[in-house]
Amino acid sequence: MKGIFKVTTRTIVAAGLGAALFALLFMFVKIPSPVPGTYIQTAYGLAGFFGVLFGPIAAGLLSFIGHAISDAVQYGSPWWSWVISSGIAGFIYGFAFKRTRVEEGIFGGKDILTYNIIQVIGNAIAWILVAPVLDIVIYAEPANKVFAQGLMAFASNAVVAGVVGTLLLLAYAATRTKKGSLSKKS
Amino acid sequence: MKTKLFSYNYENTPIHNLSGLIKFICFLLLTFATMYTYDIRVILGMLVFSVIILRISRIRFSQIKVMLIYVLIFIFINAIFTFFFSPEHGVTLYHTRHQIAPLWGNKALTQEQLLYQVTLAFKYLSVVPLGIIFLLTTNPSEFASSVSGVGVPYKASFAVSLTLRYFPDILRVYNDISQAQQARGLEMSVKAKMKERVKNSLMIIIPLIFSTLERIEVVTNAMDLRGFGKEKRRTWYCVQKLRPADYIALAVSIVVTLIVAAVAYFINHGRYFNPFI
Amino acid sequence: MVKQPNPIIEFDHFSFQYYSQAEPTLRDINLKIYPGEKILIVGPSGSGKSTLGHCLNGLIPFYYKGSIEGSLKINGIETRNLDIFKLSKMLGTVLQDSDGQFVGLTVGEDIAFAMENDCVPYAEMHTRVDRVAEMVDIAHVKNLSPYELSGGQKQRTALAGVLIDNVDILLFDEPLANLDPATGKTAIEIINDIHQRMGKTILIIEHRLEDVLHRAVDRVIVINEGRIIADMNAHELVSSNVLTSNGIREPLYVTALKYAGVQVTPEIKPGYIWSLDTSGVNEALRRWNRSVVTPPPAPPGPALLTIDHLSFSYDGVRQTLEEINFTITEGEMVSIVGKNGAGKSTLAKLMCGFEKVDKGAILYKGEDIRHKSIKERAEFIGFVMQNPNQMISKNLIFDEIALGLRLRGVAEEEIKERVEQVLEVCGLAPFIDWPISALSYGQKKRVTIASILILRPNILILDEPTAGQDYRHYSEIMEFLRQINETGISIILITHDMHLMLEYTPRAIVLSEGRLITDAPASVVLTTQQVIEQANLKETSLYRLAQLAGIEDGTQFVQHFIDHEKVAAR
Ligand SMILES: Nc1ncnc2c1ncn2[C@@H]1O[C@H](COP(=O)(O)OP(=O)(O)OP(=O)(O)O)[C@@H](O)[C@H]1O
Ligand SMILES: Nc1ncnc2c1ncn2[C@@H]1O[C@H](COP(=O)(O)OP(=O)(O)OP(=O)(O)O)[C@@H](O)[C@H]1O
Ligand SMILES: [Mg+2]
Ligand SMILES: [Mg+2]
Repeated sequence: MKGIFKVTTRTIVAAGLGAALFALLFMFVKIPSPVPGTYIQTAYGLAGFFGVLFGPIAAGLLSFIGHAISDAVQYGSPWWSWVISSGIAGFIYGFAFKRTRVEEGIFGGKDILTYNIIQVIGNAIAWILVAPVLDIVIYAEPANKVFAQGLMAFASNAVVAGVVGTLLLLAYAATRTKKGSLSKKS
Repeated sequence: MKTKLFSYNYENTPIHNLSGLIKFICFLLLTFATMYTYDIRVILGMLVFSVIILRISRIRFSQIKVMLIYVLIFIFINAIFTFFFSPEHGVTLYHTRHQIAPLWGNKALTQEQLLYQVTLAFKYLSVVPLGIIFLLTTNPSEFASSVSGVGVPYKASFAVSLTLRYFPDILRVYNDISQAQQARGLEMSVKAKMKERVKNSLMIIIPLIFSTLERIEVVTNAMDLRGFGKEKRRTWYCVQKLRPADYIALAVSIVVTLIVAAVAYFINHGRYFNPFI
Repeated sequence: MVKQPNPIIEFDHFSFQYYSQAEPTLRDINLKIYPGEKILIVGPSGSGKSTLGHCLNGLIPFYYKGSIEGSLKINGIETRNLDIFKLSKMLGTVLQDSDGQFVGLTVGEDIAFAMENDCVPYAEMHTRVDRVAEMVDIAHVKNLSPYELSGGQKQRTALAGVLIDNVDILLFDEPLANLDPATGKTAIEIINDIHQRMGKTILIIEHRLEDVLHRAVDRVIVINEGRIIADMNAHELVSSNVLTSNGIREPLYVTALKYAGVQVTPEIKPGYIWSLDTSGVNEALRRWNRSVVTPPPAPPGPALLTIDHLSFSYDGVRQTLEEINFTITEGEMVSIVGKNGAGKSTLAKLMCGFEKVDKGAILYKGEDIRHKSIKERAEFIGFVMQNPNQMISKNLIFDEIALGLRLRGVAEEEIKERVEQVLEVCGLAPFIDWPISALSYGQKKRVTIASILILRPNILILDEPTAGQDYRHYSEIMEFLRQINETGISIILITHDMHLMLEYTPRAIVLSEGRLITDAPASVVLTTQQVIEQANLKETSLYRLAQLAGIEDGTQFVQHFIDHEKVAAR
């Protein structure tokens, strides 16, 4: 756990620019799902990826800000219950920070597993627990409806964070250069 | 191409001239008041109040048309969902049952459900103008200082400012990458199959994300070189001094919030307005 | 002799090796810089200039990890014992990338950024911003956001953002890249002004040597392969062979003097065109001017691409391009020049179909191509964009260059062969296995050129192909472009480099504020005062040389230089 909550300039910049990316993906790169009114959001793959690279603070902030801003742009006002849940999901993804070897250029079976376990736990807490409870508390929505919605969101977000996130991490690991590995070929 | 996130345009209205911090506090107060109450009379009152503010701030219908359509679609789908899952939810909330018409099985349409769903729909609808007013009348430069003004740590607030600053850049890069890839033979038009299109859009997202990672390095360097984060606090270039109008606005919002609370406490004895008992 | 004060910057047997590099990037640097000096640092691309800058401003080792040997002192203090915040109070950096550096939502906020971090109170902050904005002449755009600014205004904002801190040392990393010639000239004048008025120590890293030498510098330091090769004043430098032997372009007028058989020595003060004493060499220049014979111009080929009454606007309000007409013939090499924001890149995007034409037509071999998609047009038009990061989508250089061929379904063996050939041409062969993230800006730019060249288009449009390139790679790329041009491919170059236009493109199209103002031979464009002013260009130093030497027809002199150059290049 050491140092994963440390806030550096890089954390803040990653949160700010990450939120812009999140909002862009959230608004323009979503896939319609079979259930009307819900989308499969590729943005959560990005949140997972940033979580592993920059930690819980960055990923939590970026999901919160990104979701709030794209809601505000599309609907005029953020849907707080889901915005908060997004923030929590991102925050928990960030617990994978410093638990994988991706910065050393390795993202193998063990790392994939670590990331995905954490990611699934994050999505479960955010969408099966927090979002429905907030919906009930804030909007007094019927319990069975919000839990059904929550389960749907959990399934689709866990799949996206799993697939897109893992793909991005694999691609990133490939760009990492090892110590003293670069020399000119003549 | 739309580049800025919000189409903020300065106009000389009392609302535009308020300080961003005050507007943000009022926005939060009124939003929470609206979210708390389940009294259709209060909610309609809030709606009328916010529409009047909308008019005062000279926001034109054309500016908010698209948002409104989105919201209405959302509310409509949500209503159908709610009814489909819990046609008896109103009955459990209000503890009475006034049937209007029988439906399938032992389910029926009740007055309670109708009141619940209408209240819910207006509740959703009435927070929208509040958000729109805040967004369209506040200079984006003031966002970060306003957020920080209500007690959010300044570093987190600055992240908001960075998002607003770099969104247009990232959107432009997104378009450029997409065009550059098409010029090298990537098919993006509707001619391509669904699976191809998903794969191809990954070919754009990946460079977009990686170029953003690089941008993060540059911006971090630039900010470090100019001393970001060295003190426990920071001052802001874009804050407005509070003027009498700001105190009036704040007072009005507090009064409105108190009225909402009073109605709940003294008249309804709780969140819900229950005309059935 | 006045007693030397203590150096403000002192490198002592200093070396640096990046974490991921197998060899040091800076080797055994020994350098003393004194308060109030103005220093220019030049060197080929990838030689370690930016790395040297990072060591000074503390990004190394604060941000970039690696191993340091030797010592580096600023104001007598070992930098290893300072953090980046303390360093930022002594040395202000204007980064190579002016967009990334612009962190505020408006000009005013960006200038105030450092003060906000210092908790300067509101009123004082506004007074100081106003004062500095006035100083660099951007007070009138204080409330605009970065996308509403020209390149020059962004550069000024960056400058104001570091000046506000009242630091002693200013470091500029390629301040002129992407600026049009007149704005570049102004930038140099502003820097000079600040140097003179405030007595700051100034370090400028730049490829455009002649442009920096528009104003005096105290010393020029030449770096190659991480070592300091030379450290001398401008007069000694251009008289020596250091520049040419290290692949750095010497000022054009110096080349002209050499063509005329003049011995260039420090005595004639050749460091700057304005200090040059031509009294002893006028006769030689005139003699040479008479001796050059201009070959007859090649007959124009058939029309290939015709732009016919083209107009375009991004937002439907402001016309970005208006009534543009010109024709590119087969096998031609043309440059498009003009101010920042004149619409050059937009014109290229319209030709490639990235944007839709509002009015007018684009004809390819007489056929209207407005309805053709980007992909279809890519069969005959190749476009290398201004910013390399926006074209690169792969991690490895090989994959990136091969991408277009793979999408077209070419066989792997053929791909390999063609990629290797193109890598050789673009000077990238030593890096074949490298990830693109480890390349310098100039190296990345070459990767993008390679990735389009490999597709063998009929018309090639290059947006700023040589920005950030050193002279050796510049000449290699340009000679390569000339070769493929001779095989019949037409080439359109969008450029701010007046040398490039003079040397390589017989014809220049000049845009200003969205209109085509001139379509004429390059030597005419660059000697016509009115066009130069209207389009923010810069008079060539050759013309000035002709005037100094009392040669009446300056335009002809410039033309003779180009003709001679062509013969000399063979
Ligand atoms: N972060 C880094 N990690 C590893 N190697 C690096 C890094 N940054 C630069 N290099 C390498 O160090 C060398 C010098 O790079 P530098 O950016 O200092 O060159 P430069 O002289 O500024 O070139 P240019 O004129 O193209 O900007 C290059 O070979 C580059 O590949
Ligand atoms: N995608 C865009 N949307 C809206 N306006 C744009 C866009 N791209 C460019 N512009 C505007 O169009 C004008 C012409 O821009 P363009 O990039 O073509 O200039 P340029 O001549 O290439 O300049 P430079 O020399 O700085 O590269 C500018 O005022 C610019 O702000
Ligand atoms: Mg450099
Ligand atoms: Mg351009």
